[in-house]
Amino acid sequence: MSRNQKSLVRICVAAAISVTGIIIKYTIAPKEWISWIIFASAYIIAGYDVLWKALTNIFHGEIFDENFLMTIATIGAFVIGEYADAAAVMILYQTGELFQRYAVGKSRKSIADLMKIRPEEATVIRDGVENIVHPSEIGPGETIIVKAGERVPLDGKIVRGECNIDSSAITGESLPRHIKEQDEVISGCINLDGVIYVSVTGTYDNSTVAKILDLVENATAQKAPAENFITKFSRYYTPIVVALAVIVGVLPPIISGNMSWEYWSIWVRRAMMFLFVSCPCALVISVPLGFFGGIAAASKRGILVKGSNYLEMLAKAKTVAFDKTGTLTKGNFAVTKVYPEERRREILSLAAIAEQYSNHPIALSICKESVPVQEAAVSEIAGKGLVAKTSEDTILCGNKQLMTENGVDCPDATGGTVVYVAKNNEFEGYIVIADELKSDSRQAIAELHGLGCKTVMLTGDNATTANQVAEQLNIDTFYADLLPQDKVEKLQQLKRDSGEKVAFVGDGINDAPVLATSDVGIAMGAMGSDAAIETADVVLMQDNPTAIATAKQIAKKTLTIVNENIIVSILIKIAVLILSVVGLLDMIPFGMLVAILADVGVCVLAILNSMRAMYVRKRIGKIKLSD
Amino acid sequence: MMIKKVIALEELDCANCAAKMEQNIRHIDGVLNCNVNFMLQRMTLEISEENPEEIIKQVKAVVHKIEPECRLKI
Repeated sequence: MSRNQKSLVRICVAAAISVTGIIIKYTIAPKEWISWIIFASAYIIAGYDVLWKALTNIFHGEIFDENFLMTIATIGAFVIGEYADAAAVMILYQTGELFQRYAVGKSRKSIADLMKIRPEEATVIRDGVENIVHPSEIGPGETIIVKAGERVPLDGKIVRGECNIDSSAITGESLPRHIKEQDEVISGCINLDGVIYVSVTGTYDNSTVAKILDLVENATAQKAPAENFITKFSRYYTPIVVALAVIVGVLPPIISGNMSWEYWSIWVRRAMMFLFVSCPCALVISVPLGFFGGIAAASKRGILVKGSNYLEMLAKAKTVAFDKTGTLTKGNFAVTKVYPEERRREILSLAAIAEQYSNHPIALSICKESVPVQEAAVSEIAGKGLVAKTSEDTILCGNKQLMTENGVDCPDATGGTVVYVAKNNEFEGYIVIADELKSDSRQAIAELHGLGCKTVMLTGDNATTANQVAEQLNIDTFYADLLPQDKVEKLQQLKRDSGEKVAFVGDGINDAPVLATSDVGIAMGAMGSDAAIETADVVLMQDNPTAIATAKQIAKKTLTIVNENIIVSILIKIAVLILSVVGLLDMIPFGMLVAILADVGVCVLAILNSMRAMYVRKRIGKIKLSD
Repeated sequence: MMIKKVIALEELDCANCAAKMEQNIRHIDGVLNCNVNFMLQRMTLEISEENPEEIIKQVKAVVHKIEPECRLKI
């Protein structure tokens, strides 16, 4: 029988005896000592372990131990003749403990399940033979086989084979990806089909999956202010309540001079109720449990939070500052507009003829859109563009200056780098090339606004481009033309001006100082980038900015749960204290049971509430975007 | 120099006790840092290199004193 089952049996037996005792007491009304024996046996069956622990703790000098306090309180009840109550209190207390253990065990299991991405074995090829070993026994350079359905045990590069891979456990991205020879593969992903041979690039300790697990497991070492408050609170709470109990139990009879047994019993009874609520367990368990649940839930969605403190900070952040390139945009150049749109293919193909021999990023982005159809003799006019001569035509492809110099009339255009195209000195159209926005950037900003955050964009780009991006994404404010050190200064200014916590999101490559300056530094797309994992407080394993909103939402939810638990638990305890001292709990039947039930009940509720932190809804109430 | 040890704590059932353990173990001579993770039932211990057996013995004593049912697995 497990420990919990044993407890359950004991509780049931004790409860049955107590009920029998109560029935006998009110029907046959036996002699006092018979009742005493019945309830004392129920009491001992239910709580002998508590008594034993209390006894040993006295010798250890641990007088503020909950077992000891519970023992004192229940023995007190026996002394003043409340046998039935004493037994019932012990039974309820043990029921609460049992439930607590069960709930904690349950959430431990769910958390363990969330983190069940640790590979247990790997198939390595040594001397042409497949060996199954623990991943930590494999070194860089060795070749491993990952078969369909298996988890990739170590980071590496595919040398043979191809497959579809599910990286949801690592990145939170649910769509499988196809990978083939020469592609990098990270540990923790699952091979859905096919067989791949992977050349290992790093040791197990340095593998992505080991690092993620290490990060998540150690995250709770960095305690949040709320947790520190609870630790401090619980250290003083128990001694204070015990001291109050002594005062309540002793002082009134002495002051009033009424030394009668009845009067003493009333106050001893009230003092005992103080002892019932003297254990801060509801808080001590539920608060860290809530944070741990939040961190685990985030990691399941590819969001690694390095500490409970950062989760709390993120929940409190009112401003989210973004780096532009690589965070909100893809960081690559692409054709975003062709004018006139009806002649898109024609214009692009003309431009491709001119740009086909260049490897400038602009030329590459044009040639990605269109294949050059003709050979041409191309000459470059530095800083202006290209002139291409084909067998029939002369194509001009470049900026406005090139057009004006050749007497070509053309309209003004904005939105990025504009490439004008003219054929035989006749204006044909233009192509706008810009850094592409990530597909869900707009959604991310809208969601953050929905969560009550202000959004700010910091960029090194010029004001025109920045303005356009900010407008497209509906970002509240932007600061353009910033050098890296200016970004740090701007962020400090944002912190000063708002007086609130500011989160910063960057790609973690060149904005490490800004990440460090912000209250919460969020690095994005960190797969494989050690630098980002080092500097940031929150690491997103994926590239889509909506993960920031998800992270913020998880943080907010976690903090709400934690605050609910702190406030409700403390209020209930204070309510019990006040009600018992003014005598209200004496007036209702089973007042003592109400006191213990309130305390045990609130503890169980707090734990259940904390367990909610572990579950995240698929998506935050999806915000509709209107164009 | 210091030694870092991760110790599993089986049957660690009381969060308050976990907090107390952490507090008391930190006060042992030679213990540089101690972190008890109630959820993972695990203790991360950083101790000085001198006389680690003796320190571990004291750690065990503290754990046993606070929660007798808790077993250490090193």
